[in-house]
Amino acid sequence: MWTWFHKFGSPPWLYSIAGSILRWLVPITVILLAVGAVWGLLYAPPDFRQGNSYRIMFVHVPASVVALAGYYVMATAGAVSLIWRMKMADIALRSCAPIGAMLTFLGLLSGAVWGKPTWGTWWVWDARVTSMLVLFFLYVGIIALYEAFDNEELAGKACAVLSLVGTVNIPIIYKSVDWWYSLHQPASIKFTEDSTMDGSMLRPLLLMIVAFYCLFASSLLLYMRSEILRRESSTNWVRKLVLAKAGQGSANAV
Amino acid sequence: MQFDTVAEALNMAGHGAYVWSVYGVSLVAVTVLLLGPVLRSRRLQRQQLALLRSELARQQRASQSNAEGEE
Amino acid sequence: MGRLLAACLRRQLLLAVRRPVEVVNPLVFFLLVVMLFPLGIGPDPRQLTEFAPAVLWIVALLATLLAVEGMFRGDFDDGTLEQLVLAPQPLFLPALTYVFAHWLLTGLPLTLLSPLFALMLQLPGKAIGTLMLSLLLGTAVLSLIGGIGAALTVGLKRGGILISLLIIPFYVPVLIFGSAAVQFAAAGNSAQPQLLVLGGMLSLAVALAPFAIAAGLRISVDAG
Repeated sequence: MWTWFHKFGSPPWLYSIAGSILRWLVPITVILLAVGAVWGLLYAPPDFRQGNSYRIMFVHVPASVVALAGYYVMATAGAVSLIWRMKMADIALRSCAPIGAMLTFLGLLSGAVWGKPTWGTWWVWDARVTSMLVLFFLYVGIIALYEAFDNEELAGKACAVLSLVGTVNIPIIYKSVDWWYSLHQPASIKFTEDSTMDGSMLRPLLLMIVAFYCLFASSLLLYMRSEILRRESSTNWVRKLVLAKAGQGSANAV
Repeated sequence: MQFDTVAEALNMAGHGAYVWSVYGVSLVAVTVLLLGPVLRSRRLQRQQLALLRSELARQQRASQSNAEGEE
Repeated sequence: MGRLLAACLRRQLLLAVRRPVEVVNPLVFFLLVVMLFPLGIGPDPRQLTEFAPAVLWIVALLATLLAVEGMFRGDFDDGTLEQLVLAPQPLFLPALTYVFAHWLLTGLPLTLLSPLFALMLQLPGKAIGTLMLSLLLGTAVLSLIGGIGAALTVGLKRGGILISLLIIPFYVPVLIFGSAAVQFAAAGNSAQPQLLVLGGMLSLAVALAPFAIAAGLRISVDAG
């Protein structure tokens, strides 16, 4: 157990193991995304109330779900980095932030475009949209705080503290925004919650959620690999790696 | 398949512009998430290789001039 | 331990009293922004009554935010913080005195002066008690959360706007329940549930924020 744990802190080991995971994870991600998109776009039946515009849901819901889950992945990395001072956890934390911000942005944008045909307006201060907006600022705050520090170790620590404060606060923020929305819900816009979604729509949705989780994992590993290369650029193992790759290239050229 | 023709699939009973633009943006986002870090890794490796080559060349020149000096 | 905390608090207050301008600044800011709202919305008393709870709470929030950046600034620059970090006592207790001093100097005066601003904005008289109570609890939470942001950014040369970006998302629940309490009271309903929630937030913040502030201060002292 502990040897495994120590290995996890070793950059070359993590770099190579991430590489071998990515070799099959990236193709799976791409296939799942492609199948899910085609299924949602062309094969799922149209919604009887919203028509075809509901097909945006197959992007909107997975992006939002994974964006929120990503914050908890980031905060877990932060906790590991604070407790065990593991360098790799800092790298994971730093890599989660841009991915999460991108997915949150995608969730917000798809929500806005979905709102136009459904509610007749681009932006509704609906509980979930508002919470997503707050989540977006939480991610941007992490990135901004990291970039503000000159010392990367301290930057990682500071972001770890901030992400833990965020974990405590996110449930409170979500609950209060929910409550706020139920208080002010305008009579003209009614959200009928269809808790029972037909299987023909639920199946592609679940597939897309799985696909987005895979996307998050692949992107996280890819970002971590590039971050490892950047931080370890002057070490021996990176030099050997670079030379080995170049050797292959020149052998092909000859 | 819910649509009979390509035109129908593109139009989606008037909602096509919204649906397809969201999927287009998602495609861009997925590409950035997967390709962005790969390109960054490649760039870092190229930089490191260039650095190593120039170092190697300098060492060779130094050893050559040393050898000439001894003769 | 108790003596250390009392000394910390006394020192904070003494330093503030010697620079009264910094204590008055948030209050002047509050007054100025309260003056801007009728100019922007229009002088119609009914409309002002409707907007008053939100306006009063948002301006109180911004005034606290304005002052929060300076919470540790002076003591960071002159090295006092470094001494506190090196001291054998746990750091979170002195950290709490900084927050308390900050609240005594911004949150409390704001609360005490709020009836004046409430009357200017035509807030119904029956809501004033709730306004004061909600501000009393709410500004304390704002100071505690603000302290976390201040502790994390005090060592940075380019703090500035960063602290707003870090803190404002965490201010959302306080604003929601604070202004809702005043709105309920203005409409003639009981605001007790909202005030209880604010009290709950305060308990949680008092219990957890000092640890985050202490961790932030250690990082900032290392960075400085």
